[in-house]
Amino acid sequence: MFITVAGEKKEVKDGLTVAQLIVDENVETPQYVTVSVNDNFVDSKDFESTVIKDNDSIEFLYFMGGGQ
Amino acid sequence: MIYLKKTDYEKILNHAKSELPNEACGLIAGEIKDGNKLIKKVYLLTNTDRSNEHFSIDPKEQLSAIKDMRENNLVPLGNWHSHPESPSRPSEEDKRLAYDSKASYMILSLMDSENPVLNSFKISGNTAEKENLVIE
Repeated sequence: MFITVAGEKKEVKDGLTVAQLIVDENVETPQYVTVSVNDNFVDSKDFESTVIKDNDSIEFLYFMGGGQ
Repeated sequence: MIYLKKTDYEKILNHAKSELPNEACGLIAGEIKDGNKLIKKVYLLTNTDRSNEHFSIDPKEQLSAIKDMRENNLVPLGNWHSHPESPSRPSEEDKRLAYDSKASYMILSLMDSENPVLNSFKISGNTAEKENLVIE
């Protein structure tokens, strides 16, 4: 199947989960990453159980914050 | 060197003042040319912490900004936030949460309301290095 990751179309195997995609994409410091699938944010506790479907669009967003 | 247009600086400054007493925040995007960062667009985003000591960028707005950058052939260059009551330098929390050593982290101090100070830093681990910022 084909999905779009950070604006880039790519072919992946069926049944791919968000958790596996994070590994496959070598996402650094995943503890600071928010994932959206088709603009819907996925809770980190659901990464393992969320299966990506054909034509899904996935974005990885790094948490940005701080304090004075 | 990192270059910021004066009009964009004023956008950041005015937004940060309008958000007082809370910290304000956003993203910067542009292009990298000959090793220099040229900021072409600044994004004024929501601090979901609504705090004068902390900020977290709204992830929904962050997602929209990233898409906008892509549509406009801009690359993410980093982020900016304000320090309403402290100097323009990264706090320990700023350093701890700076995951990208290539990004620019801009901090606008409003502690002296008559003399705001904007600096840009690269942060790696616990070390922050000031960048040469040109506002023109």
